[in-house]
Amino acid sequence: MQKIITKNLNLWYGSFAALKNINARIEANRITAIIGPSGCGKSTLLRVFNRMNDLIEGVRSTGEVLIDGENILDTQTDLVALRKKVGMVFQRPNPFPLSVYENIVFGEKIHAERVTADQLDEIVERSLKDVLLWDELKDKLNTSALRLSLEQKQRLCIARLIAVKPDVLLMDEPCSTLDPQATARVEELMRELKSRYTIIIVTHNMQQAARVSDDTGFMLLGELIEFGKTEQIFTAPLDKRTEDYITGRYG
Amino acid sequence: MERHLDQELKELNKDILKMGAWAEEAIFKSIEALKNRDKELVQSVINNDVNIDKLELDIDEKCIDLIARYQPMAKDLRFITTGMKINAELERIADIAVDIAQRTLEIADKPFLKPLVDIPKLTSVAQEMVRMAIDSFVKGDIALAKKVLLSDSEADQLRNIIQKELVDDYMVKDGACAPRAVQLLLIARFLERICDHTTNIAEDVIYMVQAEVVRHHPERLEKDS
Repeated sequence: MQKIITKNLNLWYGSFAALKNINARIEANRITAIIGPSGCGKSTLLRVFNRMNDLIEGVRSTGEVLIDGENILDTQTDLVALRKKVGMVFQRPNPFPLSVYENIVFGEKIHAERVTADQLDEIVERSLKDVLLWDELKDKLNTSALRLSLEQKQRLCIARLIAVKPDVLLMDEPCSTLDPQATARVEELMRELKSRYTIIIVTHNMQQAARVSDDTGFMLLGELIEFGKTEQIFTAPLDKRTEDYITGRYG
Repeated sequence: MERHLDQELKELNKDILKMGAWAEEAIFKSIEALKNRDKELVQSVINNDVNIDKLELDIDEKCIDLIARYQPMAKDLRFITTGMKINAELERIADIAVDIAQRTLEIADKPFLKPLVDIPKLTSVAQEMVRMAIDSFVKGDIALAKKVLLSDSEADQLRNIIQKELVDDYMVKDGACAPRAVQLLLIARFLERICDHTTNIAEDVIYMVQAEVVRHHPERLEKDS
């Protein structure tokens, strides 16, 4: 099922064209990687999907971005609902300076109208289990999230995200501050989560894209040059620019 | 931009070319030895096989090393993995040349059964196929790779002619010829096997260049040509 479809998407920061005529189809329950050199527009594209670019002054876009058939660029879009449905994990884990428990229930308290303490306990347990942190943290729920390891913080951020039951997880370089073992564990977590979510990851690490994703898009200077099955992109790319980039000839 | 990997790939290319040259030489020498009943030459084919085996291991090791250190992608990956497969095919070809040499030893002291006509012809076809296959790899030349595939039927035909003649004209008519005829029959079979290995190389080259698997899919080949 196609979860996200962009149609002739263009985006400008002032007069700078950051995205040029992007037409992409992102499938549900798969991991899609967006790769490309710095400044190619991959993070901008990711931030379009939950309208995070709106926070930047002078940003302007044309075209359509359909998520489950609804154009989220529409001015009528409920941004709070959109960001609940399409959550984001950042490069640096950014837990709130609150306890582990409060971090996870934070979103639920905002989004849900009435929620009981039992329900919150259940959400915390389920979310931490989903990110394989429950056994490690079940006795430390009142500890400050800032005292966790980097990997635990990143997992907690993912747990915080899935606590509000999103459909789409956007990940912007989620492992770039993690060591190889922690990276491998987060990648494993992504594979576990994909049966329930649509995951889009932006990464500089091509090996990571090749390892973890099902589909890959290559971007260059604001254009989506090639989009295809990861296996095809990394063994037999169709466009010479993709080939040059993934074989390290670009530059 | 020349990458460090490019230098390594050039070296790999050179080594595979060397492997090909050695394999081709082994076939040539084994048949020369047969034609001239030259036991010394037979021995040199057998002795040189150690060097070919060593080169095979070196190339394999180099390919694994490149994959581990560079994590190659796209055409680099296809070049290295194809190189590994071709390396194995060439080593098999050289082994078959040794098989031919060993059959030659069996008949070297006995009189010729018949003048050798078709076996040298089949040898030329096999050598030419090896040469074209290696060239197609080194140059990434699809047209040449396809030519190798087309040559295979010629090799099969020659093998059939040789087989029919040895069986009908010699083995059936005079059972005493059988021991020598069987050796020649085996040699023809070995030469034809060499040709089969070159077609594997050609198919790998097509994958390397255009990322299309034609192995076990002859219809894809017809579609292109």
